[in-house]
Amino acid sequence: MGATGSAVSRVPGADEIQKETGFSSAHIYRLYDRFQVLDKDDNGVLSRRDLQSIGELAVNPLGDRIIDAFFPNGVETIDFRSFVRILAHFRPTEENRQREPNASEPLNSRNSKLKFAFQLYDQDKDGKISRAELLQVLRMMVGVEVTDEQLESIADRTIQEADLDGDGTISFEEFKKSLEKVNIEQKMSIRFLR
Amino acid sequence: MERALSILYFVVLLNATLAGASDSSKPDGHGSDSSGGHNSHDSGHGEGHSPDGLQIVSFKWHHVEAPYIIAVWILVASLAKIVFHMSHKVTNVVPESALLIFLGLLLGGVVWGADHSASFTLTPTIFFFYLLPPIVLDAGYFMPNRLFFGNLGTILMYAVIGTVWNAALTGLSLYGVFLTGIMGPLQAGLLDFLLFGSLIAAVDPVAVLAVFEEVHVNDVLFIIVFGESLLNDAVTVVLYNVFDSFVAIGGENVTGVDCVKGIVSFFVVSIGGTLIGIIFALLLSFVTRFTKHVRIIEPGFVFIISYLSYLTSEMLSLSAILAITFAGVCCQKYVNANINEQSVTTVRYTMKMLASGSETIVFMFLGISAVDPNIWTWNTAFILLTLVFISVYRVIGVVIQTWLLNRYRMVQLEIIDQVVMSYGGLRGAVAFALVALLDPEKVKERNLFVSTTIIVVYFTVIFQGLTIKPLVSWLKVKRSEHRDPLLNEKLHGRAFDHILSAIEDISGQIGHNYMRDKWAKFERRFLSKLLMRRSAQKSRDQILNVFHELNIKDAISYVAEGERRGSLAFIRSASTDQLVNVDFSTQRPSIVDASVSALLRGNPSSVCLDMQAIEEKRKSVRDKEDTLSHHVLQQYLYKPRHQTRHKYSRHAITPNTEDNKQEKEIFRRTMKKRLESFKSTKLGVNYSKKSIKNYKKDCMPRKVNPEYSDIEEAHEHEVAHQDIGISFIASATRQALAETYNGIDNPTFISDENVMVRPAIPPWLSNEDTVVPSQRARVQIPWSPNNFRRLTPLRLSTRSVDSFQMADGPVPEHPRMTLPEGTHL
Repeated sequence: MGATGSAVSRVPGADEIQKETGFSSAHIYRLYDRFQVLDKDDNGVLSRRDLQSIGELAVNPLGDRIIDAFFPNGVETIDFRSFVRILAHFRPTEENRQREPNASEPLNSRNSKLKFAFQLYDQDKDGKISRAELLQVLRMMVGVEVTDEQLESIADRTIQEADLDGDGTISFEEFKKSLEKVNIEQKMSIRFLR
Repeated sequence: MERALSILYFVVLLNATLAGASDSSKPDGHGSDSSGGHNSHDSGHGEGHSPDGLQIVSFKWHHVEAPYIIAVWILVASLAKIVFHMSHKVTNVVPESALLIFLGLLLGGVVWGADHSASFTLTPTIFFFYLLPPIVLDAGYFMPNRLFFGNLGTILMYAVIGTVWNAALTGLSLYGVFLTGIMGPLQAGLLDFLLFGSLIAAVDPVAVLAVFEEVHVNDVLFIIVFGESLLNDAVTVVLYNVFDSFVAIGGENVTGVDCVKGIVSFFVVSIGGTLIGIIFALLLSFVTRFTKHVRIIEPGFVFIISYLSYLTSEMLSLSAILAITFAGVCCQKYVNANINEQSVTTVRYTMKMLASGSETIVFMFLGISAVDPNIWTWNTAFILLTLVFISVYRVIGVVIQTWLLNRYRMVQLEIIDQVVMSYGGLRGAVAFALVALLDPEKVKERNLFVSTTIIVVYFTVIFQGLTIKPLVSWLKVKRSEHRDPLLNEKLHGRAFDHILSAIEDISGQIGHNYMRDKWAKFERRFLSKLLMRRSAQKSRDQILNVFHELNIKDAISYVAEGERRGSLAFIRSASTDQLVNVDFSTQRPSIVDASVSALLRGNPSSVCLDMQAIEEKRKSVRDKEDTLSHHVLQQYLYKPRHQTRHKYSRHAITPNTEDNKQEKEIFRRTMKKRLESFKSTKLGVNYSKKSIKNYKKDCMPRKVNPEYSDIEEAHEHEVAHQDIGISFIASATRQALAETYNGIDNPTFISDENVMVRPAIPPWLSNEDTVVPSQRARVQIPWSPNNFRRLTPLRLSTRSVDSFQMADGPVPEHPRMTLPEGTHL
């Protein structure tokens, strides 16, 4: 591997991607290489199965949720651009960089990072994490030793803790609020993508 | 407040008089308090040898003098602490360390007034042998390892390069100014100045801890400053020793070889000290594996062995601070896993007590030691310039190094952080003890150096300590909050870890966790096995305990609250401060039923209706519940690949066997779900609805409510009939899975014997291929020996045998086992 070919043109639409995501061109090359490795049938798009074949993901409790996040709105395949766009959520945030007031929110902002996490929970996309949805994720993340009663009590308490308007679900605002003390910029960033 | 002070004053006076009456040339004790000096009085108890015959009461001050004085000093220091904390107004503004120094000055004045000699000073022996080790051990033992190792590069840079930079530039600059003649005539050469620079350059762990613990800056900032102050010890020791010996042999005799030796000795001292620490940590961990039957002295091992690491390293003239730091850092995990909970608490409190006590005494004696006209040599230019140089070079050093480091760090160190780091460069007792060690014969200007060091220490601790709080709040430095993480934060935090780990896998990066990952593997495979008690037993116990307690708690709250209200909707919300009412009315009965029956069936041995236990639990249902939820999460949340350690999880040590199990469990789940979703898309069944049901299914069967699972099963059959072609096997197997959980309440209880009963593997299972999954293969749940184990017992025992065999029948070909490429199982 390694980005030996330094021609920007090798990567389709590299300029726009760079502009949109803030990745440097070196990053784009590297990610493009990775994209091609993942793209088993060389058709320029990734399918669910391409991602599913990453071994480590199968042992990641949220692996499939994350794969789902790469295929929003029921699309079957994604191109390189969408692929990078998702990954851009995990670029570290530059706190001191001034951004133009009218520019759209960058993909790696705190808000975007939180949104990404939120939608992993919110499967039916109604903007709320219901008790059932929370339970699903909980069940994915804990071992079988934990009984459902325990899990339910945890889920209930989690909801109680975050639920400010008392509707028994966690909205995105409430989600954000419950994590306001957490350094999301740091927790949801990968140094290598810097 | 005033009254308390006057009492204190009385105590002090008494003490001072007593001390004055005693042989005043005797230093503060420890160092020279061999029993030899008191032999004539040792016969003590009972028969006296006095010529007057038997005395019923005799005053034997000399018999107890040394330990008595020490005890009184400790008492005074501790009382002082109480007094300080009576008024929050004072302690909020003035750091405790500064107050203690003032107190020390006061006491020193009293002693001086009574005695006209400085009987009590902070001698290097006492400081290095008795006062410093507890403080450093405490620091190491409670070191947030993840944070520490995550920032190790940065810390090392500041500790090594920063300290050398400060030492060299301070020494050289002072020498440069000395050559201009401003300081007047001093009997000092370049080497003396460098020696002074090296001892004054190092940031002091005791002072930093004392001041920063009150300031509460954010974790990263704290760990960098604090880590630097701990790790720069090696540099300080080496520089000090090198220049000390250079001064001894004289500047003109220093050869290049000596310089090379100095550099080599740096590596030997630092790496050696670290190794000693690690070796003793391993020893300690190993010993605690076997202390189960000597619970009472269990905590003692932690202190003794750590202290031995300090002494050993001192004996070999390696960095003792590094040794004991790393002893603490490395042993904490295993020790906490090995010793029982009470011992953990004991160790924690004892350590905190010793450390805090030592710290108090150190600062008090820093004050007392200053009251001695014999050591004071005033040289305005030298003292002022030293203050200016150490501050300025500290700032410049921090800025340059941060600029370099920020190119590699994910968490950038902002300007504000740099200000705090520069400003937090406090000097303290280590510098004082080192300067007191100087030999006046060799270093002619020792007294000047001592005076200057005292001034520098006072300036940094008092002035900077006093102003750092306002500075931090004025600069709006991110503060850390000491609070338990909320359930939400914990839960989502773990989710974030998993997400990051997955994204790293997808983007194919070897993240910065790579080393940690490698280490974790090694640790899991070898160290934990060697150093931890057989944890399988332990983990099972914990599971049962939590399970047990939760069940009892459910039953109690059910009865107690139910009687009162006649409704079941209150159970969790009743005692919360949030006014949310979660509706449990539909599910509550089944849960209670489930837990009780599960308790009875699944865990006959531990069913315990001990009334006292129940009574106790009733008192703190709410607390317990919270603790338990946290505990459960702590214990059972799947660990993300890299991050086996979390900052706050001192207690939750997941036994190594969990990891494989975890992977297999998740793998099985993932595959099951993929299979589901494939099936549903294939057949056009509504995906999301189906998948949610599927999740439910994943959870539901474990609820041991027969009715409920029956419904589920019935439903399942329905579905199975709809798409009978492809999914026949799948649904049957799924049902089979469900049955496992029905038959046996908790899969943990499936014993291994069950597996042995029927080792026969269906022929199609033995065919292990790792091809890209074909469509047909995807229909089949991927089998691995592990989930096969899970499934085996139910096939023997339940109804699903039939359906399973039926399912086996119509398969024309043997589906192949599928594993995704590169899966590590």
